[in-house]
Amino acid sequence: MNWGRAVAIGRKEVTQIRRDPRSLLIAFLMPVLQMALLGYGARLDAKHLAVYVFDRDGTQDSQALLERFRASEYFELVRAVDDYGALAAAIDAGRCKLGVVVPPDFSRRLRDGDGVTVQALVDATDDNTANLAIGYAQGVVGAYSAAVQLDWIRRQGLPDRVAAPPLSIEARTWYNEDLDSRNFIIPGIVALAMSLVGALLASLTVAREWERGTMEQLVSTPVTAREIMVGKLAPYFAIGLADAALCVGTGVFWFEVPFRGTVDTLVIATALFLVVTLAIAFMISVAIPSQIGASQMAILVTLLPFNMLSGFAFPIDQMPAAIRLITYLVWGRYYLTVLKAVFLKGSGVLAIAEPMLAMVVYAVVVGTLATRAFRKTLK
Amino acid sequence: MTSRVLHMIAKEFLQLRRDRYARIRLLVPPLVQLLMFGYAATFEVHRVQTVILDRDHTQESRDLLARLTASGRFEVTAVASNERELVEFVDHGHATLGVQIHPGFAERLRSGETAQAQVILDSTNSNTALIALRYVSQIGNGFAQDWARDRLVRTAPARLHLVPSVALAERPWYNPQFDSRWFFVPGVIGSLMFVLTVNLTAFAVVREREIGTLEQIMVTPIRPVEFILGKTLPSFLIGLALAFGITLVGTVWFRVPFRGNPLVLLLGTSLFLVTTLGTGLLISTLCRTQQQAFASSFFVMTPAFILSGFSFPIASMPRPLQWLTLINPLRYFLVVLRSTFLKGVGLSVLWPNMLAMAALGTVVLVVSVLRFQKSLD
Repeated sequence: MNWGRAVAIGRKEVTQIRRDPRSLLIAFLMPVLQMALLGYGARLDAKHLAVYVFDRDGTQDSQALLERFRASEYFELVRAVDDYGALAAAIDAGRCKLGVVVPPDFSRRLRDGDGVTVQALVDATDDNTANLAIGYAQGVVGAYSAAVQLDWIRRQGLPDRVAAPPLSIEARTWYNEDLDSRNFIIPGIVALAMSLVGALLASLTVAREWERGTMEQLVSTPVTAREIMVGKLAPYFAIGLADAALCVGTGVFWFEVPFRGTVDTLVIATALFLVVTLAIAFMISVAIPSQIGASQMAILVTLLPFNMLSGFAFPIDQMPAAIRLITYLVWGRYYLTVLKAVFLKGSGVLAIAEPMLAMVVYAVVVGTLATRAFRKTLK
Repeated sequence: MTSRVLHMIAKEFLQLRRDRYARIRLLVPPLVQLLMFGYAATFEVHRVQTVILDRDHTQESRDLLARLTASGRFEVTAVASNERELVEFVDHGHATLGVQIHPGFAERLRSGETAQAQVILDSTNSNTALIALRYVSQIGNGFAQDWARDRLVRTAPARLHLVPSVALAERPWYNPQFDSRWFFVPGVIGSLMFVLTVNLTAFAVVREREIGTLEQIMVTPIRPVEFILGKTLPSFLIGLALAFGITLVGTVWFRVPFRGNPLVLLLGTSLFLVTTLGTGLLISTLCRTQQQAFASSFFVMTPAFILSGFSFPIASMPRPLQWLTLINPLRYFLVVLRSTFLKGVGLSVLWPNMLAMAALGTVVLVVSVLRFQKSLD
C-alpha cells in the first residue's frame, strides 16, 4: 500500500466534499436538530393528562377523591360532565385520555363499609400512555382508599398501627434516577449522527465516480483498490468523529446528560462503530452505481435497523425471539450498549467487554470485505 | 389538456417500469419498515429479566416473589446469593430488575409492622422502567391488601365486613390488550406515505432538470399546470395504492382492527396526499440534483416525524413544539388513521383534522406551483 497515493485520493475526496457544502451541513445540522427535537419533544412519560369526570354521587366524599386527581401532577381535570354519553364522546373525539366515573352510591357505600369501584375509561389507542395513565390513576385511588381506611380504623377506636401498610416497596431506579427519557434518547443520537455521515455522505463516494464518468480515469491510474478505500473513507472518518464530538458535547453540556464513564472507552467504541458504518457505506457505494440509489440503500441498511432494532427506541428483550436474533446483526446494538454504559452506567471495562469485542470482530470482517469489494474493472 | 396530462402520466409510469432500482426503492423500504413496526416496535413490558435475592426464605417472601413471576411480566433469570451478586447482574445488563427481600421480612409482616422489599431497576430505558415499576407496585399493592385484610381479621374479626375500600376498575377502550402493534401499524401508513410520495414527486421533477430533459418538455405545447399534474398524479395513485396495501397487510396479517368507514379514510388519505405532493414539488423547486432533493427531504421529514405524535405524544411536548405540530399535516393524518382504524369514529369527529389538511394542502400547493412556474422562467 502506497500512502502517498492514498493521501492523494483523500485530498481529492475533501475537495469534492467542499464543493457540496449542503450535504456536509446536513451531516452536522441534522444531529443537532434531532437532539433539540428529541431532547425537548420526545417524552414518553406523560404528565398533565386531560381528564373528564362524571361524578354521579356529587357528595363531599366523591369530591375529595376527585380533588386528589386534581392535585396530581399527572392529571389535569379538564371538565366535569353530567352524563355518560358526553364522557364517551369526549374520549371518542380525543378531548381527554381518561374518564373517571364515580358511582351514584359512592358515599353511602363507603359509610356502610363496602368496597366501592370507581371506573377509569381510558383511551388506549396509544397503549403506552394509557398504561401509564392507569398506573397513575391506581396510585391516586389507592392513596384515597388508604386514607378512608385509616379514618375508619380511628373511628373504630383501633390503634393506628393496624392501618400501617403491611408492605412497602423501596424502589431504586439506577443509572437514570429521575427516569428522564432525555437521558435515554440522547446517547443514541451520537450513533444516529455517524450513521447519517455514512448514509448521506460516504455512500456516494464511488457511485459519484460512476455517475460523473470519472471511473475510467480512476481505473487507469496505478492506485490500488485498498488505497482507494482508505483514501476515500479517511475524510469521512474525520467528519464522523467531529460529528460525534459535537453530539457528545451538546448532550453533556446543553442537555446535561450525565457522563459517568471514561473518554477513552467512548473514543475507542466510536472509532470501531465508524469503521463498520463507513465500510458498509463503501460497499453499498461500490455495488450501486447511482448516488441516489446508494444513499437510499445506505439508509435502509444503516439508519433504519439502528432506529428499530438496536434498542434505541424499543427494548430488545421485548421483541419476538426471531427478531431478537436479527438484532445481533445490527452493529449499532453493541455501540448503543457501550454508549449507555459510558453515559449512564459508568461501568468498568469488564462490563462492556462483550459489546466491544463484537464490534472489533464486526470491524475486521466488514473492513476486509470492503477492501475486496472494489474492483478495478469496467463492466 | 386531458390527453397531454395522460401522456405525461403514461411516460412517468413507463420510466418507473424501466428503472429496476427505482422500483426496488419504492417497494423494499416500506415493506421492511412495515415488518419492523409490526414485529419489533413495542412499548409493552413482558418477561422483564429479573434477578432475585431472598434472604428471608419464608413462605411469605416466597409468596411475594411468586406473585411477581405469576404476573407474566417478570421472568426470574437468576437467583443471587448475596447483594454483590445482585448488583453485578444488574450492572452487567443481565437483569433489568433486581428484587431483594431482607431477613426478618415475614417476622415484620406477622408482627404488624411494615415489611420492606427492595427493588433495583435498570432505568437506562426510562420508559420500560416506568412501566415495570407500575407492575411491581401493582403486585406489591395486591400483596399488601391481602395482608391488611388478614391483619384486620385477627384484630377485629367481627367488624371486618365493614371496612370501606375504593378500587379502580380500568376500562381500556379501543385497544383492550394494550397492543403496541395496534398503535404503530396505522401510524406506519402515514409515515410511509409521507416519505414515499414526497420523494417520488421531488425526484420526478428534479430528475428531468438534472438530466436536462426539462427544457425539452417545456418547449412542447404542454402547459406548466399540465406538467405538474402529470408529475403529481402518478405519485398520488402510487400513494393510494400504498395506503391500500398496508391497510390490507395490517388488518389481514397483523390483525389490527378496522372499525371505521373506509370512505372517511379515503378522504383523509387524499387530503393528506395533496399536502405531501405539494411538499415534494416545493422541494423540487429548491434543488438541482436528486441527491440534494434527497438530503433536503430528509431534513424536512425528520422533524415532521418527531413532531407528529407518531411515537411521542404531542400533549407531553413543551408548548412551542406543540404549536409547531399545528403546521404538520402528518399530525392530522395520524389522528384520522388511528381514529378510523381503532375508534371507528366518522366525519362528525374528524372534520377539524380534514379541514386542517385541506387548508395546509391548499397553501403548500399554491406556493409550490407559483414557485415552480417561476423556476421555469
